[in-house]
Amino acid sequence: MSNRIIPLLTVLAALFAVWYLAAALMNASLQRDLFANNDNKSYTTGDLINSSLNMERPKLPAPHQIASELYKLVIATPPSSKRGLVFHARITLEETLIGFAIGAALGIGLAVLIVSIPLLEHSLMPWIVASQTVPIIALAPMIVVILNQFDIGGMTPKAAIAAYLSFFPITVGMTKGFRSPDPLQLDLMRTYSATSAQVLTKLRAPASLPFFFASMRIGVAAALVGAVVAEVTKSEDGGLGARLLAGSYYGQTVQIWAALFMAAALSGILVALIDGIGRLTLKRWAFLT
Amino acid sequence: MATKLNTIEIDDVSLTFPTSDGPVQALSGVSLDIVKGEFVSFIGPSGCGKTTLLRAIADLEAPTSGAIRVNGMSPQEARLKRAYGYVFQAPALYPWRTVASNIALPLEIMGVGKAERRNRVERGLELVNLKGFGAKFPWQLSGGMQQRASIARALSFDPELLLMDEPFGALDEIVRDMLNQQLLQLWDKTGKTVLFVTHSIPEAVFLYTRIVVMSPRPGRIHEVIDCRFPRNRTLDIRETPEFLDVAHRVRLGLRAGHSYDV
Repeated sequence: MSNRIIPLLTVLAALFAVWYLAAALMNASLQRDLFANNDNKSYTTGDLINSSLNMERPKLPAPHQIASELYKLVIATPPSSKRGLVFHARITLEETLIGFAIGAALGIGLAVLIVSIPLLEHSLMPWIVASQTVPIIALAPMIVVILNQFDIGGMTPKAAIAAYLSFFPITVGMTKGFRSPDPLQLDLMRTYSATSAQVLTKLRAPASLPFFFASMRIGVAAALVGAVVAEVTKSEDGGLGARLLAGSYYGQTVQIWAALFMAAALSGILVALIDGIGRLTLKRWAFLT
Repeated sequence: MATKLNTIEIDDVSLTFPTSDGPVQALSGVSLDIVKGEFVSFIGPSGCGKTTLLRAIADLEAPTSGAIRVNGMSPQEARLKRAYGYVFQAPALYPWRTVASNIALPLEIMGVGKAERRNRVERGLELVNLKGFGAKFPWQLSGGMQQRASIARALSFDPELLLMDEPFGALDEIVRDMLNQQLLQLWDKTGKTVLFVTHSIPEAVFLYTRIVVMSPRPGRIHEVIDCRFPRNRTLDIRETPEFLDVAHRVRLGLRAGHSYDV
């Protein structure tokens, strides 16, 4: 155990060192101007560094500033308060999960179609790939506007954008997974004159299970990115994306970074959850031995 | 010709594979009739088309010309009627299923009820000496046991015809001897028609009622040798002069079929 933790801590320490150094260097000129404005000419280098790392609106906040901001917004603020991050994280989580559910269903459905109907691979796949080459930032406002035409507002457009980003890796991963059985295993099904539905349920689906969990973890992370991007576009209901937007409006860099870390933590938790379920399931199914 | 008695009729079958290097002729003018209850061994060097022939009978490949009849039907009709069980070179057990549930797989697909499935799996496990291993997963079994499980799977729905493609090729000789003996007893007990592809001369000679010696480029039948050993033979026959004589004839046949490209 310890020979895994030591390298991890070393990297973490190096990261912090670089971060503090960068924060001091990037904020120093800003802080120097601030001292000049206040007619403070007798500051030492130590004062400068110390102040650079504790500015209210730094170019790059120091790690401890983000940590204390997170503490203030996550633990010290009641979860129901709009000022706290828990409130906004819940909105993002909800959109992510709804979008992910739609994306997973769509992704798996498309993969089933592509594997079952060979013609579809060449007719459908280019469009699926093309759909992902359009920048989501450009597409998100259009989705919001179009859905608004049909009186669909609230969470749905944001979940739709999350689904848009998450179905693609799932389609690609599951297509690969459904194709993973070797020729012998497929020949076997043929000798039994199995229907293609039977081949799917008794061979392709179980064989794709490792691919399923790999697809899901990428899909859920993509859904979260989609939800955050959607919230930047449609920020009136809040969410971590709305916090990012508000932070950048008012130059609240510490707030931006806190929201960023919250989003990263959320993504990490979701991925870890899927990994955990995957490991338990695959172990039971004797894949990991 | 008493067509009713022939389980398999192969009439002037040729099969060409298109490859990037141009077409490869895997089979050329192969004709053979196989009577119900026979144990026919196919032997030949790699590339002689013995596996291709078996796959064509199983409707896993389509002949380019000529005709194959299985129980008087086309291979496709026979496959759709589930006329044969196929044992591959590798066990091809599904790793997420237990041994018992692997053996039950064809039964599940064919819509056999749960109670009947359990009965047949139990019988199948007994038949291949795997009693008590039903709840194990394939990776918990040795290679020989896995291949036995795959034989039980092929027999689970009681097909009249058993097609075996080098089923023991990956196993060591000691295990192979034992399985050969068991297979022979199984054949004697069930009276099934068995087509057995191998590249081992002792295996082919031990197991057959007829040996079909094939030669490569293009794959064709070089010689058919008839057998006079009793059905319930044991491994001891391999020490007899008759056995060595047949083995010698097979070896000569293989060499003659090869001579032009030495």
